[in-house]
Amino acid sequence: MAFFLETLFGGLMSGMLYALIGLGFVLIFKASGVFNFAQGAMVLVAALAMARFSVWIPQWLGFESLLLANILAFIVAAAMMFLLAWLIERLVLRHLVNQEATTLLMATLGISYFLDGLGQFSFGSSVYSINVGMPKEPWFILENMFEGGILVSLEDLTAALVAALLVAALALFFQYTGTGRALRAVADDHQAAQSVGIPLNRIWVVVWCVAGLCALVAGIIWGSKFGVQFTLATAALRALPVVILGGLTSIPGAIIGGLIIGVGEKLSEVYLGPFVGGGIEIWFAYVLALVFLLFRPQGLFGEKIIDRV
Amino acid sequence: MDTSNRDSRIGDVVLDMRNISLSFGGVRALSDISFDVREHEIRAIIGPNGAGKSSMLNVINGVYVPQQGAIHFQGKQFDRMTPRRAAEMGIARTFQNLALFKGMSVLDNIMAGRNLRMKQGLFAQALRWGPALAEENEHREFVEHIVDFLEIQAARKTPVGRLSYGLQKRVDLGRALAMEPRLLLLDEPMAGMNIEEKQDMSRFILDVNDEFGTTIVLIEHDMGVVMDISDRVVVLDYGKKIGDGAPDEVRENEDVIRAYLGVDH
Repeated sequence: MAFFLETLFGGLMSGMLYALIGLGFVLIFKASGVFNFAQGAMVLVAALAMARFSVWIPQWLGFESLLLANILAFIVAAAMMFLLAWLIERLVLRHLVNQEATTLLMATLGISYFLDGLGQFSFGSSVYSINVGMPKEPWFILENMFEGGILVSLEDLTAALVAALLVAALALFFQYTGTGRALRAVADDHQAAQSVGIPLNRIWVVVWCVAGLCALVAGIIWGSKFGVQFTLATAALRALPVVILGGLTSIPGAIIGGLIIGVGEKLSEVYLGPFVGGGIEIWFAYVLALVFLLFRPQGLFGEKIIDRV
Repeated sequence: MDTSNRDSRIGDVVLDMRNISLSFGGVRALSDISFDVREHEIRAIIGPNGAGKSSMLNVINGVYVPQQGAIHFQGKQFDRMTPRRAAEMGIARTFQNLALFKGMSVLDNIMAGRNLRMKQGLFAQALRWGPALAEENEHREFVEHIVDFLEIQAARKTPVGRLSYGLQKRVDLGRALAMEPRLLLLDEPMAGMNIEEKQDMSRFILDVNDEFGTTIVLIEHDMGVVMDISDRVVVLDYGKKIGDGAPDEVRENEDVIRAYLGVDH
């Protein structure tokens, strides 16, 4: 039982990270109908920027405080993601308004490779570490219920809490502010949104900025756990099944989808793995996504798409 | 309000469409159409299916850019209107195939119509800073007023997608009204409605015109309703203007009768 709970917690926590990456996909898809293939590359670039600037800035300015270095690096990396969002809207999206979804998808694929290259070009291609001072020591809970207690990684727990806070803040922003309402309006109907004077271009910049911020936070968490390297861009695409499961248009869907996949991966690895020779964790999410595509293509919470013929 | 009183309210030309031509590839949707709209009047554009009525509306509101012709609105000439600019100039519209924000509540849908009047910045809103909160409440009050006017109080917090078709049409109208428009474009406001719903909608249109003094351009292919509520009518057929005038004149017009009833060749 204790072991089961340990696995479950571990799954929930890595699930929160998936949810955060998935959220980036959902935000952009909702607001512009674009499946943003570049989300993984955005996570990579953000993480690279964070890793490098947190080393460079203290060197340039000549101080040693780790906290200050991290805060400044975060601000610079966030500013960079905002600039990137603005450039993507200006140079790419604006010229592709009202084009086929496939055209837009291919454009984001292009952006993805461009960002990969840009990251390598500006930050180098070694493996870097991010140290934001996450607690590394294990923590045992429920010691009087189970012998030896349950091992919880404080690092994972902190990461999950940060991710949860960000998600909650975004949800409130979407629900209770004028700009949030405008974002939801654009997501529901472009034409109608334009007719009441909501500027599509500005909304897209805001959405890509928010997606960039999600990518940055996800990149920092991922980077501080496993280090920052180029596989991060593809690793981030492991959040793809998350959005298929949760539904591409649902924010709660991304969160619950992330948690289900996180838990499912861990539990199946531990309990089914021995029967098939292990390695389930790598493909479990994709198989689950495939099953969903067959039987419930709109995902758990997505909108059912009914095309008029 | 009797006829003479109505006539005296009608003012100068606010919208003047001059020689508008629009084609899609080889298909001519509108050829050389001119007409004007006066302040405070209810102006109808009618015609059989495919006559170019919706295209005309989309030209006024900047969704389509005509190849030829000019739009004069409030004395300014526009060769190129955009939806955003149209909204800023006070042109609001409703949609034939309901384009509501389906996942959002009735209040939020109508609130979206206040977008251009919100002055507080993104961060002030996010932090719910004093003035941003005050602004939100002020707009909220205005929206409640519209909700009362359209008699949809009971559905205020319901997601729009769950409402009946007739009520959704009212929300669509409400969202346009929230913009406090100078000119209101209605794209087949009564399409797909039963008699009772049509009567309700006619009453709302007349009330909007009377109470707020809003100039209204409306499209319909059901001639009956239109003749009762409009001051002047433009008739289109196959992208050409075949009639223009008071409802009674248009009813007598032979081209119009031919277009609607067909004729032996």
